[in-house]
Amino acid sequence: MNQEIAADGKLNNEVRTAKAFRSKKEEKRYWMLLIALLLIGVIAAYGLLVYNNPVPVDSPSFLPVARRRMYAVVAMIIAAIAHSISTVTFQSITNNRIITPSLLGFEALHSTIHTSLLFFFGAQALINFTGTGAFLFQIGIMVLMCLLLFGWLLTKEQGNLQLMLLIGVIIGTGLRSLSSFMRRMISPSEFDILQSRLFGSVNNAQTEYFPIAIPIVIIAAVLLILYANKLNVLSLGKNTATTLGVKHQPAIIYPLVLVSILMSVSTALIGPLTFYGFLIATLTYQAAPTYDHRYLFPMAFAIGFAIITLAYFLMNHVFSGAGVVSVIIELFGGLIFLFVILRKGVL
Amino acid sequence: MINIRNAVKKYDEVDIGPLNIRIPKAGLTSLIGPNGAGKSTMLLMIGRLLNMDAGQIAVAEMDISKSKSEDLAKVLTILRQENHFVTRLTVRQLVGFGRFPYSKGRLNKSDETIISKYIDFLQLTDLENRYLDELSGGQRQRAYVAMVLSQETEYVLLDEPLNNLDVSRSVQMMGYLKQAANEFGRTIVTVLHDINFAARYSDRICAMKDGGIAAFGTVEEIMDAKILTDIFETKIDILSGPYGPLAIY
Repeated sequence: MNQEIAADGKLNNEVRTAKAFRSKKEEKRYWMLLIALLLIGVIAAYGLLVYNNPVPVDSPSFLPVARRRMYAVVAMIIAAIAHSISTVTFQSITNNRIITPSLLGFEALHSTIHTSLLFFFGAQALINFTGTGAFLFQIGIMVLMCLLLFGWLLTKEQGNLQLMLLIGVIIGTGLRSLSSFMRRMISPSEFDILQSRLFGSVNNAQTEYFPIAIPIVIIAAVLLILYANKLNVLSLGKNTATTLGVKHQPAIIYPLVLVSILMSVSTALIGPLTFYGFLIATLTYQAAPTYDHRYLFPMAFAIGFAIITLAYFLMNHVFSGAGVVSVIIELFGGLIFLFVILRKGVL
Repeated sequence: MINIRNAVKKYDEVDIGPLNIRIPKAGLTSLIGPNGAGKSTMLLMIGRLLNMDAGQIAVAEMDISKSKSEDLAKVLTILRQENHFVTRLTVRQLVGFGRFPYSKGRLNKSDETIISKYIDFLQLTDLENRYLDELSGGQRQRAYVAMVLSQETEYVLLDEPLNNLDVSRSVQMMGYLKQAANEFGRTIVTVLHDINFAARYSDRICAMKDGGIAAFGTVEEIMDAKILTDIFETKIDILSGPYGPLAIY
């Protein structure tokens, strides 16, 4: 290990630079891994589109089947972008590597909004709560709530991370209990309507929102990628960022808004994926030996895309649809996570 | 010059201030005093890591609460004790962040030259491609000092830079700071706990007590048995040693 560093150091000594990778070798390894992961993702996505298609290509019903499968792949790409970029960003601005936006109750907020709509205004209100306006309204509410919570907690004078995370977890749990309590009070038929709305999945994605959801996700993701330089500084912590001329409060509010937009769009479209972001981020820090978000983001997306397409492919075609993808993601994720920790000995 | 006028920080139990002091440009100024005297509070307020409740602080004629953070980062830098460190960050990359106020993340050739200069200055050349978590506490401390120096600011504030360093590392660190003040013309303000380190390496000493400034002057003026006994409420004698006054306690 030390010899390797010394050797790499010598290599670098010819041109001493503070680039994102400490050696050419590590940079090459990064690109190879990135390309391999993207290939896995693309192959799995292609497999999802064409493998085991029950209708022949020349049949008139081929197109609807292929389109339905394509929607699912698009939903996976949206989920991969949203979860990978928002989780890495959130962990960098809060300087922690455990808590993710999902764990802090973004989804709980989503289900609480819908449940309370039904609970207080009746089934008709929930049924009417569709269309672009409702979608944007819902995202607006979620962004507002997130800002109230995290903005207040993160910008206090002695912004205490542990306190914020604790309060966030408590609020998330509280919202979850509140909405499950309301769900117990409504009639079974109303519950049915609510459930079809809440338990979105990539196969049951709300495709009518694609035309606005896709641009929103892409714009938010691009804005965060353009913000990578500031994120690098913010990941050094509040004190160091301040002394380097990055005013901490406004500098974290902006990415926080984008994170809540990404999370709420993804949740509204395909429902909650609680441990997905955590898994992506953890693997990304192992796979990309750099601090630089310009390289962390692509790796995070490639990992997220490969995980979700592979998981769905396995569920649909190996386990013949007998499993739930979140179970697969959490099973494989947990195994890899344990493997990494045991091998490295550190988190 | 650092000009502090009536700066006040209110804590639940005690108030620090009102502080009034003018710390001149150039040289090394040490802040000494008992625990809870307000040394770190004053330093953090100058370094804008702590908001003051009243008063004004100007560094090089710039009001720190009105000037833009980006502009201040070219004039003033502060290093604290506890720093959150990123795992996959090398020494050289960390020192590179010191150039952020100028480069905004895109390092050019002259930035790289400056980075090399301070890495070499703090004798981190062989360690420059190590990750921070592969270093000892003292080496990491040096890496952070290299970062704030590479920011090339007129004013450099350090909060207890000798914490957790043994005697030889402390002497080494003070040597670097003294040299940075003399060779690079920096104005260094540092919180120190050891009176004799302050006496040996400072140009000026500011002594604080009970949230106020008790005395401010040259080393000879402050290294006075009566003043120090008063400030620390402990019997302190002064001997004249080969390198200047020595406190015996």
